[in-house]
Amino acid sequence: MEAFEYANPTTLPEALKLLGGSWSDAQVLAGGTDLISMMKDYVVSPKRVVNIKSVAALHGVTQTPKGVRIGATTTLDELASNPILRAQYGSLVTATLGITSPQLRNMGTVGGDLCQRPRCWYFRNGFGLLAMKDGKSLVPGGENRYHAIFGGGPAYFVSPSSLAPALVALGAQVTLQSASGSRTVDVANFFVAPKDENTREIDLKPEEILTEILIPPAAGSQNATYEVRHREAIDWPLATASVSLKMVGGKVAAARIVMGHVAPTPWDAAKAAEWLKGQSITEATAEQAGAAAVEGAQPLSQNEYKVQLAKVSVKRALLAAAGKA
Amino acid sequence: MPDYSWPPMDKRRVMGKRISRVDGIAKASGKAKYNSDLNPNDLLYAVLLTSPHAHAKITAINTSEAEKMQGVTAVRVINGAGKEVQWVGHEVALVAATSETIARDAARLIKVEYQVMPHLVHEQDLSKASGRTRPAGEVTTGDPEKAFQEADAVSEGQYGIPVITHCCLEPHGCVISFDGRKATFFPSTQNVSGMNADLAKGIGIPVTDIHTHQDHMGGGFGSKFPTELWHIEAAQLSKASGGRPVKMFLDRRQELLIAGNRPSVFSKIKVAGTKDGTLTAWQSQTWATGGIGGGGLNADQMPYVFRNVANRKINHTAVSLNTGGSRAWRAPNNPQLSYITCCALDDLAAKLKMDALDFYLKNVNLTARPETYRYQLERGAEIINWRKLAHLRGEGGSGVMRRGLGIGVNMWGGLGHDSKCRATINSDGSVEVALGTQDLGVGCRTAVQQVAAESFGLPFESVKVLIGDNQLPVSGASGGSTTIGGVSVSTRKATLNAVNKLFEKVAPALGTEADKLEAVDGRIQVKGNPAKALTWKAACSKLGPDKIEEMGENVSRNAAREGLITQGAAGVQMADVSVDIETGVVKLNKLVAVQDCGLVVNPKMTESQIYGACIMSICGALMEERVADQMTGQVLNADMEFYKLAGIGDIGDIVVDLDLRPEMDKRGIIGIGEPCAIGGVAAIANAVANAIGARVDMVPVTPNRVLAAMGTIGKRSA
Repeated sequence: MEAFEYANPTTLPEALKLLGGSWSDAQVLAGGTDLISMMKDYVVSPKRVVNIKSVAALHGVTQTPKGVRIGATTTLDELASNPILRAQYGSLVTATLGITSPQLRNMGTVGGDLCQRPRCWYFRNGFGLLAMKDGKSLVPGGENRYHAIFGGGPAYFVSPSSLAPALVALGAQVTLQSASGSRTVDVANFFVAPKDENTREIDLKPEEILTEILIPPAAGSQNATYEVRHREAIDWPLATASVSLKMVGGKVAAARIVMGHVAPTPWDAAKAAEWLKGQSITEATAEQAGAAAVEGAQPLSQNEYKVQLAKVSVKRALLAAAGKA
Repeated sequence: MPDYSWPPMDKRRVMGKRISRVDGIAKASGKAKYNSDLNPNDLLYAVLLTSPHAHAKITAINTSEAEKMQGVTAVRVINGAGKEVQWVGHEVALVAATSETIARDAARLIKVEYQVMPHLVHEQDLSKASGRTRPAGEVTTGDPEKAFQEADAVSEGQYGIPVITHCCLEPHGCVISFDGRKATFFPSTQNVSGMNADLAKGIGIPVTDIHTHQDHMGGGFGSKFPTELWHIEAAQLSKASGGRPVKMFLDRRQELLIAGNRPSVFSKIKVAGTKDGTLTAWQSQTWATGGIGGGGLNADQMPYVFRNVANRKINHTAVSLNTGGSRAWRAPNNPQLSYITCCALDDLAAKLKMDALDFYLKNVNLTARPETYRYQLERGAEIINWRKLAHLRGEGGSGVMRRGLGIGVNMWGGLGHDSKCRATINSDGSVEVALGTQDLGVGCRTAVQQVAAESFGLPFESVKVLIGDNQLPVSGASGGSTTIGGVSVSTRKATLNAVNKLFEKVAPALGTEADKLEAVDGRIQVKGNPAKALTWKAACSKLGPDKIEEMGENVSRNAAREGLITQGAAGVQMADVSVDIETGVVKLNKLVAVQDCGLVVNPKMTESQIYGACIMSICGALMEERVADQMTGQVLNADMEFYKLAGIGDIGDIVVDLDLRPEMDKRGIIGIGEPCAIGGVAAIANAVANAIGARVDMVPVTPNRVLAAMGTIGKRSA
């Protein structure tokens, strides 16, 4: 890796001051489970690395009247073992436990999970985020078994965040802080499908730090996550679905269905959720909702199977949320 | 001459015992130092610059900026202007520097200009490989055409097994110091005694001036025999840097790209049988790659194990690709042959609506060892509860989870290699055996200690074992499952020769002749008479200032005459899987390995080795695959993220059943490192077919491929 300056601030203002106007000036280090390996592979080479794990204010889970606040440097293991989250947000806990290897959960952070870069093997092998060559993406004609089935390009990578689909389904927000102020963004809008090589896949500016996540009160919502994975050992899911249901009298009053690892962003199946309203959750309605969720999918040459996996994930997540799994 | 024959099974005190490997705790705790762990004073780090292109001509190379970088001590060009590189990862140049970081940065400063040329990195579709193929074997026996016409049933299928890599945890490389006259060499090798000659030639010094040492090694699987280009180049870097030690180990990516791989095999196979399940004809067209040299296969070895089928027509084609070259991979070609054979046979059984176990039992006469395979099939069936759980293909119920069983077979040689051992008895009673073998992690050091302790009549702990050094008596390379036989015999002979000398020394004191003595339980005694004895220590004290040093030798070609070791292992693997038919995810419930293994020196380590082999088979059956990309020529998963290997949660229950019957013991020692890594892939693939009612046309059996085989999705192309 290129030589870099390492900064270890202990306060947020100090940390923010150390950031720069471009990603090559400075990047934030939290768990370090991804940034360091990308630097070693020369995929990114920031001049400065700002460790934010020493900023105490960014750490911890607290229940507030507005919901649960999760500090960005809370580790994934702390998240999965937190009693508040375990009691109310099973979908998030399941998603966290899907990040396999206890080592990664011990080191990795919530903020890092949301800000990590895609695992697309063209990107990781130095072909750029969109894997463009001569004005065309390499992905549709290449090895695309793990790529997106939604979105239609030019970005074909899948959003790697395990937590994002669950957080979107729960209506969570993130706080993004810079030296000049802070803004709050729905997790649903935090992820963007870039149209060109110079756009990042998240709505975060180089001078900003994602400081916390706010999940609104669960208020009796029933939520669940289901993921299809090739192997139990450390691996990325092939497809996931997180759902959140408000049930009234055994019928769905409101629903969010969000699929993961199927598009450059978490993929909100709004139409399927709308269709579910007024239904009770049965094997048949869950199946239909799954089918509705993958309507319009545009699989590539090698990943038609992911349409099926996404469909099944939605079905199984719904049944789990309804306690029928 | 002493009687070298092994003590009878019931008389063995140390051999045959479940002793834990002597270096287990050191390894588990990180205390054991592998050569890649060595960081001697003044160490320099070498980094290899490799080709980013799958095929290109180097038109210019400029190393001046790298040479100027502070901390860089030497730069060498391996392939310069005018040379062609034939795969991504092909060696171009290397740099030595005072830190790994500096060496990496410096390697990036080497400016190489390439003229990119066309490449081919896929072989599955033979029609797209024109100009890159060559015929590589044809066999016809009997009258296959007639046999197919007359058959009651004919089954046709396609079976593919892709290139996989060795993925050694300790990468290839060495630490080496070379001052121009002498070299000290710490490689990661399967061949401590034998790899020095090529190094000597490579760096131009007599082999006597090379000292090679290796205490532990972290995985080779057949890929770590030769003196490597990198070893020689690292030596030259050391020389150019004033003889400072240089550490040159491949990084993970390079390890997966250029340190060897197992060739693929793709096939179209037609088999025929009669109503009662007798296999009558085999026809196969196979093609394979192992990189630029194509992929060979012994055509005459098909159908695997069931080779004595009356009618065969076999044709093999080698495909040359722009990918890193293949090397021996644990039982070269056998896992592939077992996979394509057992899957084709399983499909015929399914077509005949016949139970797979019955089909195999029906055809054991087509193997070289019918009685052994019959015993093993029945034994495996008992362990896996075949008769209760088995069903015909596709009759695995109607639920989402479908269960199925499958069978794979193996065969191997495993005759002990040539080996020399030196045994020493000191006057204080301490004993030592020394041989230039290596412990690949499977327990060679422990086994040698057991054989020596047995022969000395001493407790296991009292024997010191020296291995891993080229200054010790020459012992063969650890490949082909030849080590255990070789080192056991040389150790047995050396120790008994030494004990015999001791008998001669102490016989007068016991008022008897040397040939009337025996060494048991820490005593030298008149045979069968513990009352007429000296303790081992008292006996050794008679040596005075002297010590006994005796050699022992295994000569492979004498094995049959001596009867201590033999060759010819057979085994059967059976798998029990559950498949989620909505997702195509396969869960391995159980893998049973029944293995013929002759006389077993240490059942615990033998089982442990078979566990490892089963895990490798699970990886190959369900996960492991090198993904090369024709668009870019790159291997996209030269990492351990998308190059998938099984973890604990993926391996299910593995049951190892060693065939320890006396008639097996009588055969003598046989190496089993390889046979047990052969049949598992076929067993799992067949269990999946049995569960889902369809054949997945290649391994690894991924969700993608299961769903395509079941028709849940329309197509797959990966």
